[in-house]
Amino acid sequence: MTLSHFTSFARKAALAAAGAALLLGSGLNTPWLAPATASAPRAAPPVAAPALPTMRLLTQSQYANTIADVFGPDIVAKVRFAPVNRTDGLLAIGAARAGLTPGVLDPLDATARSMARQILDPGHRALFLPCRPQAANQRDDACARAFLSGVGRRLYRRAMTEAELSAAVEMAGRAVAPTGDFYSGLAFSLGGMLVSPQFLFITETATRSLGAGEGMVLDGYSKASRLSFLLWDSAPDEELMRAAESGKLESQAELRRQVVRMLASPKYERGLRAFFSDYLDLEAFDTLSKDGEIYPAFSLKVAQEAREQILRTVTDHLMARKGDYRDLFTTRHTFMSSDLGAIYKVPVNRGSQGWEPYTFAPDDPRGGLLTLVGFLAQNSHPGRSSPTRRGRALREILLCQKVPDPPPNVDFSGFEEPSARLMPARQRLAAHSTVPTCRGCHALTDPMGLALENFDGAGQWRKTEHGMTIDASGSLSQVKFDDAVDLGRTVRDEPALRSCIVERLYGYSTGRSATAGDGPFLEYLVSDLDRRGYRFDDMLTSIILSKSFFAIASAGKVPVVASNSGKDGNSHADQN
Amino acid sequence: MLIKTERPSRRQVLRGVLNGAAVAVSLPLLNAFLDGNGTAMAETGKPLPMRFGTWFWGLGVDDNVFVPKTTGAGFDLPKQLEALAEVRQHVNLFTNFNIFNDGRPNLCHYSGWVALRCGSAPSTRQSKPGQSLDCAISDRIGSGSRFSTLNLAATGRPRDSLSFRDADSMNPAEISALELYQKVFGADFVNPNSASFTPDPKVMVRKSVLSSITEQSKALEQTLGAADRARLDQYYTSVRELENRLAMQLERPPAAPNCKVPGKAPADMPIGLDVERVAARHKAMVDLLVMALSCNQTKVFNVLYSDSGSSLTRNGQEKTHHGYTHEEAMDSALGYQPNASWFVGRAMESWAYLIKAMAETPEGDGSLLDHSLLYAHSDCNLAKTHSIAGIPMFTAGKLNGRVKTGLHIDGKAEAGTRLGYTLQRLFDVPLASWGTQSMETARELGEILV
Repeated sequence: MTLSHFTSFARKAALAAAGAALLLGSGLNTPWLAPATASAPRAAPPVAAPALPTMRLLTQSQYANTIADVFGPDIVAKVRFAPVNRTDGLLAIGAARAGLTPGVLDPLDATARSMARQILDPGHRALFLPCRPQAANQRDDACARAFLSGVGRRLYRRAMTEAELSAAVEMAGRAVAPTGDFYSGLAFSLGGMLVSPQFLFITETATRSLGAGEGMVLDGYSKASRLSFLLWDSAPDEELMRAAESGKLESQAELRRQVVRMLASPKYERGLRAFFSDYLDLEAFDTLSKDGEIYPAFSLKVAQEAREQILRTVTDHLMARKGDYRDLFTTRHTFMSSDLGAIYKVPVNRGSQGWEPYTFAPDDPRGGLLTLVGFLAQNSHPGRSSPTRRGRALREILLCQKVPDPPPNVDFSGFEEPSARLMPARQRLAAHSTVPTCRGCHALTDPMGLALENFDGAGQWRKTEHGMTIDASGSLSQVKFDDAVDLGRTVRDEPALRSCIVERLYGYSTGRSATAGDGPFLEYLVSDLDRRGYRFDDMLTSIILSKSFFAIASAGKVPVVASNSGKDGNSHADQN
Repeated sequence: MLIKTERPSRRQVLRGVLNGAAVAVSLPLLNAFLDGNGTAMAETGKPLPMRFGTWFWGLGVDDNVFVPKTTGAGFDLPKQLEALAEVRQHVNLFTNFNIFNDGRPNLCHYSGWVALRCGSAPSTRQSKPGQSLDCAISDRIGSGSRFSTLNLAATGRPRDSLSFRDADSMNPAEISALELYQKVFGADFVNPNSASFTPDPKVMVRKSVLSSITEQSKALEQTLGAADRARLDQYYTSVRELENRLAMQLERPPAAPNCKVPGKAPADMPIGLDVERVAARHKAMVDLLVMALSCNQTKVFNVLYSDSGSSLTRNGQEKTHHGYTHEEAMDSALGYQPNASWFVGRAMESWAYLIKAMAETPEGDGSLLDHSLLYAHSDCNLAKTHSIAGIPMFTAGKLNGRVKTGLHIDGKAEAGTRLGYTLQRLFDVPLASWGTQSMETARELGEILV
C-alpha cells in the first residue's frame, strides 16, 4: 500500500514517531520555551527554508473580527465572502493565491459602504471621532485627518503613508460639497479604505534582520499581523501595533511577552476556532443538508449546531482543559444543544437556547471527535452514510494523506443493487476489496469508515442497517479495532495525526505549503512535541518563537525583500 | 472563413452631462449586418446587444435514450430529450464530440467540463489550464452593461461556479434568487423605463473614491513579486468594473421597452439538493436573469443547474443522482438506468425552461433568445463509466441571425473544443485557434453558421 502524495515530511515524521528514527528528536529541548535546566548538550533547532512574503486575502472571519475589534460590536460586517481554493488542505494557503474578481469585490464594496455609513451615523460617530468639525456642513481637514489616520492605521495594520492619508483627507473634503455633510464625506473616504487592497490583502514586507548574518525577516508590522491573525484571527491591537512600531518586536523577550499576552486574551478562542474551522473544513456546514424524509430531525439548525459542537469541544479541550490535541479523538466531554439532543437521543433541557456541557458515559458508543454528529454527517451522503467519505476525510484532513482519485473506468457491476434489496454498507462495499482497480485506494478509506457505520448519514446511532446487524470492526495501519470508540483510540496514537497537525498549523501560520526545506524544522517540532505533549499553546509558541516563523528568503533569492524603517510600512523598494 | 460577421471595431460613445461634467459610456456597436437587417431597437435606433450564456448539468446522459437517430434538421427526441419538445426549434444538439486528455488522467467529473470551458484537459484537480470561455466573451461584449457577468448556481452552493480567470480566481456564483435580486435590482438599479432620470451626485463621489483608491494602492506594487502583482492587477480590473458601473448610473440608461422590473424581492428559499428544490431555485433565478438581460444589466451569464458529480437527491431515496449512476443496474429491457435517467430528464426540463423563458421574452423584432447564444454541456457522457467521449453539448438561440438552429450535429469523434472555438469567434474573440494538443482547433462548426 502506498499513499502516492504522502509528503516526505509526513512520511519521515511518521517513521520517526514509530521508532524508526527516534534519534531525530530524542533528548532535544526547546531553549526558547523552557528554562535551561537540562544538563545534556542541546542542538539548535533546525531552521526552515526562508520563503517569500505573502499577500493573503482576508478571510470572512478575519474581516468581521477586525471590524469588531476596531469599531466595536455595534458595527456589523454582514457579508459572505466568495470561496477560495482549499490548497494543501487549507483555505489559509489558498488565500495567499486567491484572485479578486468583480464578483468577489461586489459584496465587499457594498458592505464597506454600509459599514462606513453606520460608523459615521449620528448614533456612533462620537465614539470614533477624536474631534468635532468646526461646522458639520463644511470640510474640516484637520479633524478628518485625525479620524482617518487613526482608523487607517488599524485597518491597514501600519501607519498610513503621507500620500495615502492626504488622499483620504482630500477625498473626504471633496465629498462634503455634494453631500452637504462633513460626516458623509468621511463615510465616503472610509468606505474607500474598507475596500482598498491595503485593507483587504494582508501584504507582508521584509527587512534586514538586526542579527548579524541572519538574512531577511518580516518587518515589524508584518510580524504583528502574522502573529495577530494567527492567534486572534484579527488585526493587531494597539499594544501590538506599538510594539511593532517601536521595533520592540525584534526582541525575542518582547515577542514572547506578546505571545503570552495574546494567548491569555479572550480573543485567542477566535484564533483557535478559525484554525480548526479551516483545518477540519467546517465551511462545508454552510450548505450541508440531508434528505428531509430520511432524516427528518436533521435541519439547517442542526447542521449549524453540529459545527458549533465541534468547535466548542475543541476549544474546551484545548483551552479550558489544556488538553493534548491527540486526546480530542478519545475525549468524552462535549456540549449539547436541545436540537442536537434529538439527534443524539439524549435528554437536554428542551427550553434551553444555550449549550450544556455533556459527558458521554464510559459505555457510550460515542467518544471523541470522530463520533460527533458534525464529522459523521458532514462526511456522508444526503440520504445515507458513507464509509468511504468518512475514511477519506480521516486520511486527508486528519492524517494529511492523499487518497488517490478513483480511476474513471471502474467496472461497477459489482456494486449494482436492485433498489428493492438494499444492502448494508459493508456488503455493498465488499466489491471494493475484490475489484483490483478499487482495492488499493479503498483499503485506505473503507476499513476506518466502516467502523463508524453504527452512525447513519445524519450521525444518529443505529445497531442495524436494512435489518442486518452492523459489524463496525476495522483497522488502521495494521491496528485492528472493534468499534468507533476503538477507532478513536487508534487514531489518537497514529503517528501521522501528529505530523499532520504540525504541518497544517505551520502552513496556516505562514500562509504557504510546507516544502522539503521545512522538513527538518517540522520534524524537530514533532519530536519535541512528542516529548512534551501536543498542547496547543505549546504548538503555537514553538512555531512563533522559532527562527523560522518570520524568516524571509534573502534578496539574492527572491525579488521582493527590501529595507524598512520600522516606522513606515511603505518604505520598501523593489529590488527586482 | 465561415463566419459572416464584421467585427465590432467601432465604438459608439453615449455622452451626457452631469453637473456640467461630460460623462462618457462606451457601448459596442453591432456590425453592419445587423443594422442592415433591421435588428436595431425600433424605439431608439440603437443596435441590440448580443448575449452569451452557459448552462451546465452534471453526470451526462445515456446515449441509448439521448442521441437522436437522425442528424440535421427535424431530429427525433429520445426519452431524455423529451423535455425539449417545445424548444427543439431553438436548439442545436451536438453529440459524438470528444475530450482528449493527451496523456493526462481522466479526472472523474472534472476533466470533461474544464476542457470544454478552457480548451485543455487539466493535469490535476487543482489545475485550470486557462480562463473559461465566458470570460473571453465577456471581455468582448460585457462592457456597457452593469455586470460583466452574472453567475448563478441552482444548487445554492457558492463553490458551484464554472467561470474562472485562472485556477485561483473564480467568478463566484449567486446562490439564491433573493441575493440575485438584491444585487441586480437593489438600491443601485436605475430603471431604464423610468419617466424621470436624476443622476445621484453621490454616485460621482463613489466613483472618485474608487479612482483614488486605485491611485493610492499603486505604491503597493513596488513591494510585490510578479504573481502578487498580477493579483493586484486583477483587483484593479475589478475596481474598474465597479467604476464603469457607477459611470452608467450617471447616465440615463438606454430605453429597454421590454424591461419588466420585478415588483418585489423573491422569497428566500431553504438550502438543499432535492431535485424539486433545485428546480424551484433554478426557476426563480432564471426568471430574474431574464429580467436582468431585458433590462440591460448584463450580457453574459453562467447558470449551473447541478454540480459535476451531481449530489442531487430525490425525496426519500437513499442514493443521490451520482449514487444511482454507479450502483443502479442497467435495465436490459430499457437499455438504461431508470433512476439515474430520471435525473437527466429533470435536468433537461430546467434547460428547456431557460430556453423557453428567453424565447418568450420579446425584444426588438424578435425575442431575447433571438439575440442570444447559449451553450450547454455536461461533464461526461455516461456517468457510470465517467466517459468523456461523446460528451453532450447544446447551443440555443440564433445570435441575431448568425446561427442556425434546430440541428443535430454528429461530431464524428472530433474535439469538443470546435464548438467552444466557434462560439468565441461568433463573439469576435480574437483567436487564431483554441485549445492545446489534440484539443487545439481553428475550425468553426460551419454546419450551424448562417
